[in-house]
Amino acid sequence: MSTLVAMAGSITSILSHPFLRHAFLAGTGIAASCGLVGYFVVLRGQVFTGDALSHVAFTGALAALAAGFDLRLGLFGATVAVAVGMGVLGRSGRADDVVIGSVFAWMLGLGVLFLSIYTAGSSGSNGTAGVSVLFGSILGLSGGAARIAAAIGGAVCAGIVLVARPLLFASVDEGIAAAAGVPVRALGVGFLALVGVTAAETTQAVGALLLLGLLAAPAAAAHRLTDHPYRGLALSAALAVLAMWAGLTLSYVFPATPPSFAVVAVATVIYAAAAGRGTVLRGLARRGGRNPSGDNGSPRAEEVEHA
Amino acid sequence: MNSLRELFGYPFMVNALQAGTIVAVVSASMGWFMVLRRQTFAGHTLSIVGFPGAAGAILLGISPAFGYFGFCAVAALLIGAADPRAGTTTYRQESALIGTVQAMALASGFLFVSLYHGNLNGLTGLLFGSFLGITRGQVLTLLAVGAGALVGLAIIARPLLFASVDPEVAAAAGLPVRALSLGFLLLLAVAVAETAQITGALLVFALLVLPPATAQTITGRPAFGLGLSVTLAMVVTWAGLVAAYYTPYPTGAFITTFSFAAYALARGTRWLAERSRSTRPVIASEVPG
Repeated sequence: MSTLVAMAGSITSILSHPFLRHAFLAGTGIAASCGLVGYFVVLRGQVFTGDALSHVAFTGALAALAAGFDLRLGLFGATVAVAVGMGVLGRSGRADDVVIGSVFAWMLGLGVLFLSIYTAGSSGSNGTAGVSVLFGSILGLSGGAARIAAAIGGAVCAGIVLVARPLLFASVDEGIAAAAGVPVRALGVGFLALVGVTAAETTQAVGALLLLGLLAAPAAAAHRLTDHPYRGLALSAALAVLAMWAGLTLSYVFPATPPSFAVVAVATVIYAAAAGRGTVLRGLARRGGRNPSGDNGSPRAEEVEHA
Repeated sequence: MNSLRELFGYPFMVNALQAGTIVAVVSASMGWFMVLRRQTFAGHTLSIVGFPGAAGAILLGISPAFGYFGFCAVAALLIGAADPRAGTTTYRQESALIGTVQAMALASGFLFVSLYHGNLNGLTGLLFGSFLGITRGQVLTLLAVGAGALVGLAIIARPLLFASVDPEVAAAAGLPVRALSLGFLLLLAVAVAETAQITGALLVFALLVLPPATAQTITGRPAFGLGLSVTLAMVVTWAGLVAAYYTPYPTGAFITTFSFAAYALARGTRWLAERSRSTRPVIASEVPG
């Protein structure tokens, strides 16, 4: 607890720097959307899809740079287009692992091609562009870019909250949801589009290669800690925001650690702690004959329906 | 033909072609089992883990080979511990764990590189490889490790095939399904660690998934499929190296594009064949996308 207080103290002193204010503003929106979207990504078993989209983000950004457009145009265009494509081509809005892997292995190759075109075309100093796409540059966001990032993050959160109930139903029991008249396929494709937007958005903060950490780790921790869907959803967003704030603070206190590393490291520690705690509690429960988390197993369809 | 002879006149091209052949054979064989077992995500993560390994080893001043093998083996054990086939976790938890391992590995790699006071060319080399800068010694090391991994795979191939196709029946028949799964992940880790040194961490995955996926689209027969997978991988690697020699573009882009073209062609042909065979619309909508 005392570390949290100390952290809060250093946060107030950090906020006097404008570039850190921008980072916190953008980071909060990005992390909250990652937490909410990530909860469903884990619930639907689509972490590999998120992995693929993160590599598509890299290729899209470098394609835009190589063609001389704004980086964000390529980022959002590529991730949303590929996400929707995967949803439409796959069965009931989900694509097969081998197909996903094949497509993004090729996407990576294209990314390397665009990287070489871009670095060859622009003289010298642009070798860092590829690196900042891969590993993010949240401390380099301008005030305007930070506000746009926070607004997009807020919009993604609102979108998830709007579809949360039918999406939960469709994710937990697709067959019953479809029979009850839920548009399962449209929801799946729409959700993947939101994942695409989130991937593009998060690439600006922690980079294409590390966004999976923010998408998967807090959400997986929330899934370990509670089986209640709405509590888990809120917890996942809260843990992601906590990882973002703690990571930014850590990288301010220890300047040798890049912020994207610190954010992912905190998220991983949270996940490891939740996994360890869950294992210990489950072991105790088995011995004591009671269930620590209230209800057992994954949320059932009727629970979601009446929630 | 003359210019091809000229191409073989350069020692670096000969080394690259030899290394590429070894890499293609090893990753296409390992990848065939990986695709069969639907472990593409695990394979992708293992191939990425080589990057922090190498970066950490460079930071400590030891040979990158130790880093590659050490990190990949640890990641294989972590992923193997959460194997849903062993019944300890669900697929959902497994993929979340793999994703977290991967992001953390990449983040550590980035930390190591920035602590090393980031030689950015070094970073792109680790991620995207340097096919054209391979030495004679590296080719020989590759050959030794690759042969070792293939011998290991050959030893467990038959039970592994059984355990991959039907784990329940294999377990009932007394096969150590869990040990086989862990052993395969370790072999896969060795193979990708070795391959990543040549192709770079980001591109190992292309040779690991694309030729085997193509082969399994074409045939379900194990021996023929494995042979086809290896042949395809060798052809695309050679074609990629030669194409990169004559153009200013990177080898990896050509290898991935050629392999993806073969894959798309195989899928397209199969889709058309299945479509013409079945006239009922019910079946047509069940064709996996």
